[in-house]
Amino acid sequence: MKKTAASIRIALRALKVNRLRSALTMLGIIIGVAAVIAMVGVGAGATARIQEQIQSIGSNLIILLPGSVSTNGVRLGSGAVATLTEDDAKAIEAECPSVALAAPTVRGGVQVVYGNNNWATNVQGVTPEYITIRDYTMLSGEFFTAQDVDAAAKTAVLGETVAQNLFGDSDPTGQVVIIKNVPFTVAGVLTPKGQSPTGQDQDDVILLPISTAMQKVLGANKANAKAVGAIMVQAISPQAMDQAIQEMEALLRERHKILPGQDDDFTIRNLTEVFEAQETSAQVMSILLGAIASVSLIVGGIGIMNIMLVSVTERTREIGLRQAVGAKTGDILLQFLVEAVTLALLGGIIGIFVGMTASLLISRFAQWTTQLSPLSILLAFLFSALVGVFFGYYPARKAAFLDPIEALRYE
Amino acid sequence: MAPVIEIEDLVKDYRLGEVPVHVLKGISFDIEGGDFVAIMGPSGSGKSTLMNILGCLDKPTSGVYRLDGVSVAHLSRDQLAEIRNRKVGFVFQQFNLLARTSAAENVELPLLYTDIPAHERHERARKALLAVGLGGWEDHQPSQLSGGQQQRVAIARSLVNSPRIILADEPTGALDSRTSLEIMAIFQRLNREEGITMIVVTHDPDIASYSNRNIHFKDGRLKRDVRLAQPRDAHRDLADLPADRQEEESPA
Ligand SMILES: Nc1ncnc2c1ncn2[C@@H]1O[C@H](COP(=O)(O)OP(=O)(O)O)[C@@H](O)[C@H]1O
Ligand SMILES: [Mg+2]
Repeated sequence: MKKTAASIRIALRALKVNRLRSALTMLGIIIGVAAVIAMVGVGAGATARIQEQIQSIGSNLIILLPGSVSTNGVRLGSGAVATLTEDDAKAIEAECPSVALAAPTVRGGVQVVYGNNNWATNVQGVTPEYITIRDYTMLSGEFFTAQDVDAAAKTAVLGETVAQNLFGDSDPTGQVVIIKNVPFTVAGVLTPKGQSPTGQDQDDVILLPISTAMQKVLGANKANAKAVGAIMVQAISPQAMDQAIQEMEALLRERHKILPGQDDDFTIRNLTEVFEAQETSAQVMSILLGAIASVSLIVGGIGIMNIMLVSVTERTREIGLRQAVGAKTGDILLQFLVEAVTLALLGGIIGIFVGMTASLLISRFAQWTTQLSPLSILLAFLFSALVGVFFGYYPARKAAFLDPIEALRYE
Repeated sequence: MAPVIEIEDLVKDYRLGEVPVHVLKGISFDIEGGDFVAIMGPSGSGKSTLMNILGCLDKPTSGVYRLDGVSVAHLSRDQLAEIRNRKVGFVFQQFNLLARTSAAENVELPLLYTDIPAHERHERARKALLAVGLGGWEDHQPSQLSGGQQQRVAIARSLVNSPRIILADEPTGALDSRTSLEIMAIFQRLNREEGITMIVVTHDPDIASYSNRNIHFKDGRLKRDVRLAQPRDAHRDLADLPADRQEEESPA
């Protein structure tokens, strides 16, 4: 124990005597560890951001679109075929046990006017279920009710982007906006959600009662007056997603009188699954970044080995002398190993700080989300110690097994 | 007193490629505990090789070496290191001090490889420096010391572990005659007062005349082994020298 302390003291002395060299040797490890910390931070940040976006679209979300994927090999744009109706939505909610809510929606682009301001945006015709399914909350005002939908009331809920562009910082609730020459009273503003996983601004939207949207704004489908653009469905739990999809498919095939062997006239998409694939790819990216950065840490380790070998050669006489006065193999081994590990650990600690700073700068100036996890910092620390032991062992062993006479005689 | 060193038919060969070089060709002698022996002989006669074996830095090719009654032939690397640490002190011609390291720390070096606690290590190092007349020089680095002072630091280092034997291979080879005499005076005092067995290699018959016994080597064989009836006294000879540099002895 005392001897270990002595070995550490001897090693620290040697590092202090060769300050510049010690610093240069550490540089490799500093860069390596900093790169690992920063890159893992960038990767973790990207993953976290995608997770947040997935959260923002709503949980256990399934989307039903009219038309089949395999109609002549091309899916026709939604709205081009009019196979899904409000009644389908009602039936799904009523008859599929794995479905919690089903919300029919229609959508279209419009110009919206308030005073001298106007803004091009998306209108979505929805029912009140929609905000539950999409996890929307209200920033101000109230969402419209089922009665408003039944009465085709001229009431609108604005997304934050629309509200900002038309009203600036004042509260739009109670004001009147004009859409397609129809005046709408603003019922409220949605709490902003930010970007969707596909990069769209989820707050650049106006929600209207679906009835009003079809009759007054977008115009009903010519083939089927009750046709909707999509049905948003929330399953009762993440585990029930597949079950819900099967139930809906069976129900809709029955309702649409599709014979066995014929293709569906609708498409079901598990949105959560789609976006989870993105999350996986972000995780793969962060692993890749970390792996690439680790290579530089290994290069830093080789730098340590290199300098330690030079140091052993330079200090051959010293090693011989220590052996002559009674240093055992283990004493010399420990001394040089401690030197290498100290270089690596010190470099590791500095590298962690440099990496954290770099990570902050990246998020400040490149506007990327970065995330520092205590685990990655701990791992970087342990890994640099490991690099020290691994790359320090060979030179230390070489020193420990020198022949004392030849070492003493070395010029 | 029982012999502290016993060697019988000691042989050392080096292999240079195919050809073996016979350096020690069968040497036998004993050294009594407390003796002061000078080993002499021409360059290349195997004096250093013998000293390395006596100091357990090297092993003989064949023959017996017993140190304190224990044969070293079958000892491991680390066991030999332990013997060097406990029983032997080395003094080299080139001092072999650690650069940029204070005198006290240089002297402490052998104690770092023992379990002696730090405060006792410092105390022993201080005492050893005092014993070679370097009290007050603890914090000086080798580059700030004269050759003679450096060699005295090396002697302090060799005796800090209270060894049975001090082995000095041409300790005065790099020093002028006055400084050499000072070194011999220290050796004589350690030998007489501490009872440490001294073995000193030298070319110089003058230096050898301060020992009790002269062993002459030639071509790896023992040529002559004489006991001196009347060894000279280094202290007295030193006192007789003109006192030209006596004031050197206080630290700057
Ligand atoms: N490691 C070695 N390999 C080969 N020859 C050696 C080695 N060490 C010493 N010798 C040879 O052994 C002989 C004796 O050397 P040494 O003991 O140093 O002599 P001395 O100290 O009496 O001058 C010399 O001829 C030297 O060249
Ligand atoms: Mg020699």
